[in-house]
Amino acid sequence: MELKGQTFLGYRRDNGRVGIRNHVIILPVDDISNAAAEAVGNNIKGTLAMPHPYGRLQFGADLDLHFRTLIGTGCNPNVAAVIVIGIEPGWTQKVVDGIRATGKPVEGFWIEQNGDHNTICAASRKAREFVQYASELQRETCPLHELWVSTKCGESDTTSGCAANPTVGNAFDKLYGEGCTLLFGETSELTGGEHLVAERCVSPAVREKFQATFDRYSDMIDRHKTNDLSESQPTKGNIEGGLTTIEEKALGNIQKIGKQCRVDGVLDKAESPTGKGLWFMDSSSAAAEMVTLCAAAGFVAHFFPTGQGNVIGNPILPVIKICGNARTVRTMSEHIDVDVTGLLRREINPDQAGDQLLEMMLRTANGRHTNAEALGHREFVFTRLYESA
Amino acid sequence: MSVDFVVHDADDDVGVVVVEGIEAGQKVTGWIMDQDRTMECEVKSAIPIGHKLAIRDLKEGDAVIKYSVDIGRVVQPIRAGEHLHVHNVKTKRW
Repeated sequence: MELKGQTFLGYRRDNGRVGIRNHVIILPVDDISNAAAEAVGNNIKGTLAMPHPYGRLQFGADLDLHFRTLIGTGCNPNVAAVIVIGIEPGWTQKVVDGIRATGKPVEGFWIEQNGDHNTICAASRKAREFVQYASELQRETCPLHELWVSTKCGESDTTSGCAANPTVGNAFDKLYGEGCTLLFGETSELTGGEHLVAERCVSPAVREKFQATFDRYSDMIDRHKTNDLSESQPTKGNIEGGLTTIEEKALGNIQKIGKQCRVDGVLDKAESPTGKGLWFMDSSSAAAEMVTLCAAAGFVAHFFPTGQGNVIGNPILPVIKICGNARTVRTMSEHIDVDVTGLLRREINPDQAGDQLLEMMLRTANGRHTNAEALGHREFVFTRLYESA
Repeated sequence: MSVDFVVHDADDDVGVVVVEGIEAGQKVTGWIMDQDRTMECEVKSAIPIGHKLAIRDLKEGDAVIKYSVDIGRVVQPIRAGEHLHVHNVKTKRW
């Protein structure tokens, strides 16, 4: 596929970033504001409430990550406008201020001294205005390099490493060449192949940061583990699918970064890249956690290769599923957007498979709903670093 | 010729079954992806889709090579054509 001069139809936000969706979200700051947020979501059609279970008595780096995830989600260019609802005004305003830096409409509401009824009423009035504002925004032609694409695989099996992941790798190599901004992560899931990622780092400084990030995560696992992590990493589903060791899983996983991309930088969880190229984000390998972090870092489209059939989606980040396992495609076809089983039958080559994915990426960017969107998969899962106070 | 299993790199010890219903005694065709050539093998046990067969004999303590990289150690002998999985191979990490 010729990508030079390729464009897509996106929503350009006030800060210059481009989204491919136009959500008005109702974002609770904390767990006890979920009910009010969901009530506003029910009242005003065209909004999307994003309930989650955290935000109380967190502190230090764990609290910083909570705010970074909330604010990053609100700042994501797939979001047109945001209603923030918290239990009290202080932290609510902090989230509002963080999102307001993008220039998009955002307003905060808090429940103490108001109660759920008055909060829901006031937030609903504003949410209606935001939906009407968003509904008049138009898509415009945008150059391909403005598309930020993340990847993470799930319920992998051996077909992932031979078909679905190399398909993503082929597409990433092509997008990298066009100056797109790309992301991968899953720190523990590089175990056994971390030396190969280190070799791909663009400079000694990036390599050093990558190695330190990987080593810290490995030390954390060593401190807490009670066995060889069988059934956790690889997961029970991975093992059912034929993956035997973490090394095998990691080497398959790494196929997602292709053959030519270099690793241009290393990011903390939910941190946004500062330039184009391929970025590594320190992150969990659990699908919903990782994809939530990708969305919070500002990515607008996601490639999700699966073997056994992980069904994950995200509220604001369209998740495109790629599968090379003929049984999964047969039994779970409603979840698979790009069928690359032909690769393992020698009917297509990796270049053709990569093009199929890029074609689906452009259709998705232009507005086609992914299977996960159509099925209502909206997993919004925060990464926690340690216990609450 | 239809492909029953794939081998990622020519020096790998294992292939991945990519079709359903492979039974013991069946003669199967493998595709060595990096060299784009095929090989034949007789499977000695039923192997589900996605699971691996050894394509050469391996003895206890051997490293198992896939993607041209060490993916773990053999904990009981495996003959070519046998199912290779968590019962006879373990991680070297963790």
